[in-house]
Amino acid sequence: MSLNGLSDQKYPGRLFCVEGIDGSGKSTQLALLHEWLKSEGYAVKFSEWNSSPLVRNTTSRGKKKQLLTPTTFSLIHATDFADRIEHEIIPFLKAGAIVLCDRYAFTAFARDVARGVSRRWVRQLYRFAATPTVAFYFRVPLDVALDRIVMGRPDLKYYEAGLDIRLSNDPLESFKLFQARIVDEYELMVDEFNLTVMDATKTIEDQQRQMRSIVKKYLPRHRRLAGAKQDRELKSEAKEQKSDAKAEQKSA
Amino acid sequence: MKKLSFYGDAPTNLQNVGEIRGKLIVVEGPDKVGRSTHIAELKRWLENRGSAVIETGFTRSALAGKGIKQAKQGHTLGSVTLFLYYATDFADIVEGQIIPGLRSGYIILADRYIYSAIARAVVRGADPQWIREVYGFAPVPDAVLYLNIGVNGLIERTINSGTGFNYWESGMDLRLGNDMFDSFKEYQSRVLNQFEGMTNEYGFQVIDADRPADEVADDLRTAIDGVLSLA
Repeated sequence: MSLNGLSDQKYPGRLFCVEGIDGSGKSTQLALLHEWLKSEGYAVKFSEWNSSPLVRNTTSRGKKKQLLTPTTFSLIHATDFADRIEHEIIPFLKAGAIVLCDRYAFTAFARDVARGVSRRWVRQLYRFAATPTVAFYFRVPLDVALDRIVMGRPDLKYYEAGLDIRLSNDPLESFKLFQARIVDEYELMVDEFNLTVMDATKTIEDQQRQMRSIVKKYLPRHRRLAGAKQDRELKSEAKEQKSDAKAEQKSA
Repeated sequence: MKKLSFYGDAPTNLQNVGEIRGKLIVVEGPDKVGRSTHIAELKRWLENRGSAVIETGFTRSALAGKGIKQAKQGHTLGSVTLFLYYATDFADIVEGQIIPGLRSGYIILADRYIYSAIARAVVRGADPQWIREVYGFAPVPDAVLYLNIGVNGLIERTINSGTGFNYWESGMDLRLGNDMFDSFKEYQSRVLNQFEGMTNEYGFQVIDADRPADEVADDLRTAIDGVLSLA
């Protein structure tokens, strides 16, 4: 176990994740990075927060019926994450692929603590998570993010707005207070987890340029997966042996 | 009246539940040791004496009970995912049944508790410290009555139960033997070993379950009397 609580297991692949509050533009940036890496010929796997097929029904039942408490909200998202860690993230990292995560354990550390679970407990809970190669945190002033979100989606959902912890009965007001708490938690994590801070008020192009130049430094030297490269080498060795054998036959 | 105490770091909403009046009594032990039968009898006995009783157990939560059962049908459930699914289910039981019941003065009879979850997880490779931390939200019970039996006694009961060896009770996901019997024996031995290690750690009251049911029931009632007279 590493100092910050996440697993210190090393894999041949690379793991990049984006973090930040809703409306920080992180998903847009990750999608652009994804396109670029694919066009560069890398094997890329994209994994999204809260998307495990095994857990989806439970989470949506919990949300629809408002059954979730801070603890069960935290645990069901950790379960979802565990399924993706075990079936998507770690197998792809072992294979040497580049894994891109839209939100990672830091989302839970921010949101769940904003709901009142213990900082220490939630960090322990996610100890099975692989440590990202780079974790980008998209820092944005709260009012800018709120503008982006509220313009697009006037209907705020119950848990999204933090209505479960009763900061305010007004959904918009509750959402603002809840997001402010989340931002506080992210800011605390910048040093703790060495998050790479992105200025999310810059233009999309500027941010993407910066992101690519950072990611570039950590990319594997070979675009093909290590395993595929080995296969190819084995094949060419076998070919050489064959042609050697032929040459020997001829000379004999 | 007393304040709830927890094994680890409880979230603020649980720390603030205030005074409780009820009692939390856990009946622990391996599969097939007869927990459910004893609990059903204890419930009747306590109700006859005028106490209100809530019986609870694993995978009975409104939130995750169904999801776990579905997920276990497939073959893609990873071990950490399974541990956390159980923890989710259990947290829902704690918050939806146990704590509200304790606040209202009920006697809660819990069929298994975090100890079973920890034993099963550690046997499946979980870090013992990690899984204990995960269950830190669990209230410390007033008593843990542990039905103790050896693996051979357990085999005898399993055969006599008529249902035989099932997949999960035999730990077949771990493939610890060539067939259900071998795997059952090895798996249950490992689980029993974990329980044994927890006896002092969690202060189990050990009840010898390798005896006729009415003798075991007598001991259970005596132990519960002991807990209730402290009130």
